[in-house]
This record gives sequence, C-alpha cells and structure tokens, in this order.
Amino acid sequence: MARRGGAPEVNAGSMADIAFLLLIFFLVTTTIETDAGLDRKLPPDEPPKDNVVIKQKNIFTVEVNKDNQLLVENELMELKDLRAAAVKFLDNGGGTGEKGEKCDYCKGARDPESSDHPNKAVISLVNDRLTKYSTYIAVQNELVAAYNELRNREAERLYGTDFTTMEADFNDPKTSDAVKDELKPKIERIQEMYPQKLSEAEPKKN
Amino acid sequence: MSKFNKKKSGDLPAISTASLPDIVFMLLFFFMTVTVMKDSSLMVQNELPYADQIQKLDKKDRVIYIYAGKPSERYQSTYGTSAKIQLNDKFADVSDVANYILAERAKKREELQNVLTTALKVDEETNMGLVSDIKQELRKVNALKINYTTKKGDAFRNMQK
Repeated sequence: MARRGGAPEVNAGSMADIAFLLLIFFLVTTTIETDAGLDRKLPPDEPPKDNVVIKQKNIFTVEVNKDNQLLVENELMELKDLRAAAVKFLDNGGGTGEKGEKCDYCKGARDPESSDHPNKAVISLVNDRLTKYSTYIAVQNELVAAYNELRNREAERLYGTDFTTMEADFNDPKTSDAVKDELKPKIERIQEMYPQKLSEAEPKKN
Repeated sequence: MSKFNKKKSGDLPAISTASLPDIVFMLLFFFMTVTVMKDSSLMVQNELPYADQIQKLDKKDRVIYIYAGKPSERYQSTYGTSAKIQLNDKFADVSDVANYILAERAKKREELQNVLTTALKVDEETNMGLVSDIKQELRKVNALKINYTTKKGDAFRNMQK
C-alpha cells in the first residue's frame, strides 16, 4: 500500500552515461574518410603500335628533379608560374589541328613557335625517382588546374556554367539520369576542345 | 527572523542535468552520420598531400585502396624507416600489388569489375620511385583508373615543408 499514483518514475540519471559510452565507441571505431583526390588514367601496358612523331613545339616538357625543382621547357621555373605557362602553351593555337582545322576558340598568342592546336598539344611530365610525392601532386594539380581553367572558360562561354561543376554533377550519384544525359554531350564537347594529353614518362634512374 | 536566515544560507541550486543525455545523443548522431567504420588499421604514416583540383571518389564498393608510406613508429623497429606498401592489413612488396588487385577485383560484383578505381593513399614524404613502381604494377593488370587521394587545400602548402 505504499504507492498508488500510477507507475513509479524510471530514474533517467544514467541515460547520459549510456549515451557517452555509445559516443565514445563510435569515436574510436570510425574515421572521417578523405574521399577526394586527383583522378588520373594510366596508359595501357602495351607496346606503341607505330612511332608517332610529335613535333617538338607541340610538347611542353615539365621535369622535376630530386631536389623538387622544376625545369619547364628547359628553364628553371617556380611552381606558382607553372599554371600560367601551361595555359599559355595549350591555348596558343598557332597552327592547325589534327584535321587541319584552325583553333577558332583559342585566345592565345598564336605564336608559330608554340603549340599548333589544343588537340595536338601534349604535356610531358618527367620526374626523378627521388622526387617527393607531395611535389609531384602539386605539379599534377597545377597542370590539371591549367586544363580546368581553359575548359571552364569555354563552358562559361557556351553553356554559362563551369566545366568543373558540370563534371561534379555528372559524377554525383544523386543526379537524375535525365540531367546526366543532358550534361554528357556538353562535357564531351568541352573535353574535345581541350583534350587532356598528359604523358608521364618512366622516372629517370640515378 | 528565520525567514531571512534561510535566504542567506549560501548553497547554489543544483544545475539540472536532465538535458545532458539529449546533448550527448546529438553528438552521437552527428558522429554516426559523418564518419565511416574503419576497415583496416593503418600501419604506415599517412599524411596526405594537398590539392585543390579534386574530384570526389566513386562509391566505396568500387574502390580498391593502396596505402604507402613510412611504417608507423611502433613498426619501425621491425620494418625499418624506408617507405613501404600496405595492402589490407599487411605490409607488402611491390610484386604483390598485381595479385592483390586481381584478388580484390574478383571479389567485387561482376558489373562493377570494369569500373573499379584504385585509390592511392600515399604519404607526402614518399619518393616517387615507389609510386612509379606501383603504377607500373597497376598497368600490368590493367587497373588504369587511379585516384591520388589528397586533402583539400592549396597545393602550394606541399612545397613549404
């Protein structure tokens, strides 16, 4: 006959302890994942079919030595100038492209001594075995940035959006198929205007 | 008189802790949603370099991870300080990479086997020689789509160290 007024109240004082326990468990067993990076495609491991001759003026050589210094077109260069130099080379449009067409969207200097057409221009990256990975990534990043800068410019002119945003939308699994189908030809057109021709030679052995 | 005395007795009123569980649960749900379960414990130092032209990695079931870097401090006495490759939970040799990729690829569903990406999580102090060796191995087994996993940040920060 002690209590009458309904069920006794449950003591919730230990609820915080239980929640803390769970919290600490999740803090310990999980990580915040870094899930972004530079996407690259490796060349297939097969011998080249025929010797493709590329004119010297269509190749932009970037060398990184073991002291992480940059040699661009046989001149020493700081990393901060690399992006502008690459853009200048790719956007030159001094001659005619693969099918003999002129580059009518290039805004470069049209120097006959530099690249003929964006679809002929090749960037060649050579690194040493002792180059630091962080330097390599920084160089890769700048070269990708040069391509993205030009692609963004053309996407802005043709479609009024950035190329990088279009690409991110296209790769996003949440984007609906209809939107993807619409984006695909646009992305392909821009990629055709400035194809990413980034060749990596095997590193020099010292 | 006693009325006034009572007011003076200097005990602070107890702070109500009734909302404490709510706060902790909020934190708990935050961590449950933004983090993922660890699937392999890192045995190498893994300080990733910075880059800003990054693309998001594909869904997790389409990615094969390769870690590389110096062994972490507690393994340095056994494995030395030169950079090593970690596959799943073990240190491995360059020659093991190809077999690892083939084994991982065979584990995935058939429709995913052609769209796999290999994520290279390489410590920023590593020399390119090791990374090139890994890339050669990947070319041999035709795992051509790779992703250099990086932290988001200005690439020039890589050069300052």
